[in-house]
Amino acid sequence: MSLSMTLWVLNLAQAALMVLAAPLLAGIIQKCKARLQNRRGAPILQPYRNLLKLFGKEALLAENASWIFRTTPYVLFTTTALAASVVPVFLVDLPSALIADVIAMAALLALARFWLALAGMDIGTAFGGMGASREMTFSAMAEPAMLMSMFVMSLGAHSTNLSTMVQHALHLDHLLPSVAFALAALLMVAIAENGRIPIDNPSTHLELTMIHEAMILEYSGRHLALIEWASQIKLLLFATLIISLFVPWGIAESPAIQPVLAALVFWFGKVVLLAVALAVLETGLAKIRLFQVPEYLSTAFVLAFLGMLVHYILEVGA
Amino acid sequence: MTVNTWFAEKMGNHGIHSTYLEDHHPAHMPCLEIRLIDWSSAAQLARQLDMRFTALWAAEGGKHDEHLRYAYMVFAHPKHRHVMLRAALRENEPAVSSISEHFIAAMRMERVIQEMFAIEVSGIPDPRPWLKHEHWPADAHPLCGDFAADTVMPRCPGEYPFIKAEGSGVYEIPVGPVHAGIIEPGHFRFLAVGEHILNLEQRLGYTHKGIEKRLQGQQAEQAIHLASRASGDMTVAFGWAFARAVEAAAGVVIPARASALRAILCERERMANHIGDIGAICNDASFAFMHAQMQRLREDMARLHKQLFGHRLLMDLIKPGGVSVDLNAEQNLLLRQQTSALAIEVESLRSIYADHSGMQERVIGSGPVSLEEAISIGMTGYAGRASGIYVDERVEEAYPPYDRLNVRIPEGRDGDVATRVWVRFEEIAESARLIETLLGDLPDDDLCSAWQAPDAGVSGLACIESWRGEIVCWVRFGNQGRIDRCTLHDPSEVNWLGLELAVRHVPLPDFPLNNKSFNCSYSGNDL
Repeated sequence: MSLSMTLWVLNLAQAALMVLAAPLLAGIIQKCKARLQNRRGAPILQPYRNLLKLFGKEALLAENASWIFRTTPYVLFTTTALAASVVPVFLVDLPSALIADVIAMAALLALARFWLALAGMDIGTAFGGMGASREMTFSAMAEPAMLMSMFVMSLGAHSTNLSTMVQHALHLDHLLPSVAFALAALLMVAIAENGRIPIDNPSTHLELTMIHEAMILEYSGRHLALIEWASQIKLLLFATLIISLFVPWGIAESPAIQPVLAALVFWFGKVVLLAVALAVLETGLAKIRLFQVPEYLSTAFVLAFLGMLVHYILEVGA
Repeated sequence: MTVNTWFAEKMGNHGIHSTYLEDHHPAHMPCLEIRLIDWSSAAQLARQLDMRFTALWAAEGGKHDEHLRYAYMVFAHPKHRHVMLRAALRENEPAVSSISEHFIAAMRMERVIQEMFAIEVSGIPDPRPWLKHEHWPADAHPLCGDFAADTVMPRCPGEYPFIKAEGSGVYEIPVGPVHAGIIEPGHFRFLAVGEHILNLEQRLGYTHKGIEKRLQGQQAEQAIHLASRASGDMTVAFGWAFARAVEAAAGVVIPARASALRAILCERERMANHIGDIGAICNDASFAFMHAQMQRLREDMARLHKQLFGHRLLMDLIKPGGVSVDLNAEQNLLLRQQTSALAIEVESLRSIYADHSGMQERVIGSGPVSLEEAISIGMTGYAGRASGIYVDERVEEAYPPYDRLNVRIPEGRDGDVATRVWVRFEEIAESARLIETLLGDLPDDDLCSAWQAPDAGVSGLACIESWRGEIVCWVRFGNQGRIDRCTLHDPSEVNWLGLELAVRHVPLPDFPLNNKSFNCSYSGNDL
C-alpha cells in the first residue's frame, strides 16, 4: 500500500472512530454527572441503546412538514460527520486537511445549524421558531469567537490547515501566552456551541428554557436518532479539536502502528479527562439567565481577540 | 361557644340586614343570610374592613328549600375570623351580581357557578367559562340537581376565546396541556415579544373529576376518601379540612391525641412537599445536584410513612371523629429521629443553595409580586407570606393542636422566587420543630371519638392551613347522614393569579422557575 493510500485509510478510520465513539462520550459524561449527584446513573453504553431504540421506532412527521424538515437530520448528520473527519485525532498528517481547513470546518458546522434552524421553523410550532431564533442569535456571537480563537493558533502556524496547526502546536518548545487566551475562548465557545450548562441544558424537559432542544421537539424515530447522534459527534469534535490544538502531546506523526496505537490511548485518556471536567462543571453550575448569554459569548470573543493582540505584541519576532 | 356577631353588626351599621343561621357551625364562623341586593355591597364592606376573600360557591337548597339556589361567599378577618354570607337567588333565572371589582380572586369562582349551576353573574368582567370546557354542551350544568351524575356528554366542537394581542413582533406561545415533564395538565398561553412576556393566560380545567357532584349522597366516612383526593399532594390537609367541617356540623369534638396526630401528618406533608419543590426549583435552573439530594430526602420520608402508616403519601389516615393510625413509643422515636435528621440535612443543603452564586443569580429578583398586588388578589400560603401577607390559619384560627403550639411564621417581603424559596426553607425547619414538640408530648387518650352524622340541613365550615395555604371546606348534610353538598377550595385558586402577575416581569425562559416557586395545584383547582 502506498503512503498516501495508508493515510487515506487511516483518515477514514479516524472519521469512523469519531462517529462511533461519540455516543460513548455522552455516556461517560452522563455517568459522571450521575455519580457527582450521588446517583447510580444509567450504564455508560446507554446512549448506544437509545440510538438503537430510536432507529427502530417510527418517525412521525407533522402534517405540514416540508422536505426541509425531512432532509435536515441527514444533512445535519453528514455535515457534522464530515467536519469531524478533518480534525486530527491520532495522526497529524491528514489528507483530508488539505481539502478542508479550519474555516471550512466552521462552515460545515454553520451549515448544519442553518438547516436545523430552518427545520425548527418549518413545522410552524412556537417552540421551533423560538429555539431557532435563540440559536441563530447566539451563534452569531459564538462563531466569530470560535474562529478568532482558531486564528490565534493559525497565526503562529502560518496556516489554517488543521494538520499544520497541530504540527506547529506539537513542536512549540515553550507555552505561549496567546495560546492560553485562545484555549480559554475555545473552551467557552465549546460549552455554548454544544448546548451545555450554563448556557443550555441538554437534559431539560422545560420547553420554554430550551435553545437547541426546542428546535428538535417535533422529531422522532430515526430522524431524532440522527440528530442526537450528530450532537454527540459535535461534542466529540470539539473535545478532539481542543485536545489536538492545545494538548497534542502523544499524537502520532507517522502512520506506523506503534505511535498510532499510543496516540489512540493518549487521545482517549484526554477525552475522558475532558468529559469528567465537563461533568464537574455542569454539576457545579446553574444555568445563567438567557440575557447573559451574549455577555458570556462576547467574553469569549474578547479573550480570543486578546490572544491575537498578545501574539503580535509578545510573540511575533521575539 | 358564643356567636361571632362582629360582621353582622358592621353590616347593620351600613344598612345591610342579615339573619344568623342556627343550623350552621361553628358559631365563631357564622353563616349570615343577606338579601340578594346587598350581595355586592357586603363584599365592598368586607374590602373596606381589610378582610380577605377566601371562597365563593353556590348550592341548591337543603331539606326545607329544595327549590331554591343559594350563593355563598366567605371572608376572613385576622382577628374576627371567618364569616360566611349567603343569599337566596330568584327561582326563575337565578342571578347574582359580581363581586370581582372588590375581590378579583372571586372572578374564577363566579365563572364556575355560572357554568356549573347556570347562575348568571351580572357585571362579571370575564364571562367566559372556566372549568367547563368548550367541548361540553352549552346547556349542561353539572352541579344542578337535575343533572344526573352518570350523564354521558356529547363532544361539541367549540373554541375558547383566548386574549389576543396585536402589533409587530407579537407572537403567541401555547404551552401544554400535555407537558414534557411529569406534571399535571394545564395550558398556558403566552403573548410575547422576543423573549419578553406581555401576558400569561392560564387555561386550567383539564383535571375535572366531578368530585363535588360525586360527594353528594355519600356518608361522611366514605366521602372523606374522595375529599382527601382533591389534590393528592395535599391529601392530609384536604382530609383534615373535610373532617373538621363535618365534625363542626355534627358537634363532634375529637380527642387531643387525634388532633396531635393529624398535625404531625400535616406537618410531615408540608416538609415533604417543600423539600421536593425546592429541589425541583433548583432543577429548573439546571442545578441538578440539589434536585437529586432533595429527592432522596423526600423518598426517605415516603418510605418511613409507608413503614409507620402504611401509605407513602399519607392517604386515608384521617377519618371523621379522629384518625385511623397510632404511634407506639418505638415508632414515635423513629419518626422523631428522622424528622430531626432531615431538618439538619436540609439546613446543610440550604447553605449550599444559599452560597451558590449562579443559583442566587437566577432566583433573586425573579418574578416579584408586590404586597399591594398580593393583597389585591388575596394571595395565601407561602406565596402570600413571601410577599408580606402573614396569614396562617394555624396562628389565626389556631385549631387544635396549634392552640398549644406557638407557630412561627416566616415573614418575607420581596415576593420574588428567592423569597418564596426562603419561606419554604423556614417552614421546613418550623414544621420539624412542631413535629418534635408534638411527638415529645403526645396526649395519651383515644384515637377517635364516636362519629354520629348530624340532622339534615346542618352545615359546617372549616379552614385548614395546608402546605400551599388555606383550604376552605363547607359541608351540608341531608337525610340519613348523607352529604347534601360539599365544596372544597384549594389555595391555588387564588395563587394561580399570583403567578400570572409574577411573570409579567420575567423573560420567557424564567417562567418554569417561577411556576415551580408557586407550584399551584391543577387538580385542587378543578374538582
